[in-house]
Amino acid sequence: MTLFLRTWLCLVAGFIFLPIFVSMLFSFNEARFPTLPLTGFTTGWYEAIFSDPDFWRSAKNSLIVSTTTAVIATFLGFCTAYTDYRYSFRGKSLFLAIILLPPTIPLIIIALAMLAWFSRVGMSGQVVSIIAAHTVLTAPFAMAIIRLRLSQIDESLEAAAWNLGASEWRAMREVILPFCKPAILSSLFLTAAVSFDEFTVSWFVSGLNKTLPVHVLEIVQGTIDPQVNAIGTLVFGVSITLVVISQALIFFRLQKAST
Amino acid sequence: MTEPLVSLDKVEKRFDDFVAVREANLEIGAGEFIAIMGPSGCGKTTTLRMLAGLDAPTSGEIRIAGKLMNEVAAHERDTPMVWQSLALFPFLNARENVEFGLKMRGIDSDEREKRAMNWLDRMEIAEFAERNVETLSGGQRQRVALARALVTEPKLLLLDEPLSALDAHLVIRMQGVLTKLQKELGITFVYVTHSQSEAFAMADRVVIMSKGEIAQVGTPREVYRAPRTRFVAEFVGRNNILPGSVTSSDADQVTVETGLGTFSVPGVATIGTKASIVVAGDMMQVGRGENSVDATVISEEFVGSIVTAFLEAADGTELKVQVQERALADLDLQPGSKVTLHWATQDGHLLLEET
Repeated sequence: MTLFLRTWLCLVAGFIFLPIFVSMLFSFNEARFPTLPLTGFTTGWYEAIFSDPDFWRSAKNSLIVSTTTAVIATFLGFCTAYTDYRYSFRGKSLFLAIILLPPTIPLIIIALAMLAWFSRVGMSGQVVSIIAAHTVLTAPFAMAIIRLRLSQIDESLEAAAWNLGASEWRAMREVILPFCKPAILSSLFLTAAVSFDEFTVSWFVSGLNKTLPVHVLEIVQGTIDPQVNAIGTLVFGVSITLVVISQALIFFRLQKAST
Repeated sequence: MTEPLVSLDKVEKRFDDFVAVREANLEIGAGEFIAIMGPSGCGKTTTLRMLAGLDAPTSGEIRIAGKLMNEVAAHERDTPMVWQSLALFPFLNARENVEFGLKMRGIDSDEREKRAMNWLDRMEIAEFAERNVETLSGGQRQRVALARALVTEPKLLLLDEPLSALDAHLVIRMQGVLTKLQKELGITFVYVTHSQSEAFAMADRVVIMSKGEIAQVGTPREVYRAPRTRFVAEFVGRNNILPGSVTSSDADQVTVETGLGTFSVPGVATIGTKASIVVAGDMMQVGRGENSVDATVISEEFVGSIVTAFLEAADGTELKVQVQERALADLDLQPGSKVTLHWATQDGHLLLEET
């Protein structure tokens, strides 16, 4: 049974990672067309994208969008998670349901709705609009991660801080934030990764301020250009690093809590 | 008692429709060790939380050192608490935990460290100062919690079942630590517990609560020998309670007719009042005497040197006798054997039914 499960796991992982791996492979291949056999090793495609101002513009946009999104989404996620932990009020479950709604809506619908809304309020095609849209998408993840952490807190901890002379704000700073620190860091990395990767919504709302995934699509639309493999490899590298850091932070903390 | 350190005047606490504490009146003197005990849900922890300012009384007045505390926020009081869960900060080491209260008071880090180390030393855990609190043993964590609460040198320390998570042998040791500490510091301890042995072992006075009301306040001996209500008589250990009504009354003695016969008991009551005679299990003796009842042995409970035998009288009343384990063999208290029990009239306690 375990053998079967392992084989199955390898197959699934292969199915997911093989295209990415192939793309990585061809990003170092001399030939213009992605065909076997490989013709020779080159870093030419990377040199090409690094000398392309369009790439740098979109890379800069992606960086700004993902870091800003991560900070805002994590802040909002923390506030909601803490509200959920600390207070009970009428309509709380409805409140939580609405907060957690965005990931359940098809991306294309969110993207269209965002585009319509932003053009109406005169905000379309700006970096700010991508940040706003990505914040909506990623804040629920941030909240889920921090909420999980808060569910492990000893409920007396905050009261103990008050009892020892900490005001509510002080207790937040000295007890709640340090306690949530691993989850907050994890949330920062994960929301940054989601935003960095995100294509659909970015494509609709970005206008001329392209992010990297949008830039990739524009290249693919016109030509067959191995530059795409190079950019794809870079984007994948950044995202997977962020996700791995995020998961490691949660995993080690949980492991520590269970021992 | 001179000016009390803590006073509760008709304090009441409601949560929506639920009355957690009702009309509580209590005065606690400076330097007293008070234990508040009762079954879970009796309001003892709520009372403690009101002293700490974590719950506000719905009505009534709480004063500490003469000052009205109702509106004083928790962080503005000097009423540190030792929590049932200990509530040590897991992201700080032992010394940083102890320093927390000093840090909140804006004391600089050198002074903080000096005072924290002093307390850790006093609690005999200085060697663990830099250790993560999660790696310490239960007893060590307990000492960190105590040091953390006492480092600000309060006049009043609140303890919420702090020993409930410890092993039995550690409980006894920590009881010793606590009583010694309280004597040395001369400050007031308010100790909430459901354990009678903890309360009786340490406290100067005990407060027994039931369903949000204070049932009795007194020294452990008073509460044990002269329970004022049936609840208290049942709650504090092995009492025999014989309900009935008063049939005659002398100057300082009355007779009560119970289901098991008519017995004399010291006390004053008018004829016809409903009353019970309470005889502590250790005052009951096997044999015939002033007041005797016949009963059948049902079972025995062995607790070290003392054995409690449970018996059933003719009308089904449960009776208890406590005897020395080494005397047991001579008494023939095997389950099923019929014996006669007796007690001296002056060892009975008259309990008038609450109206």
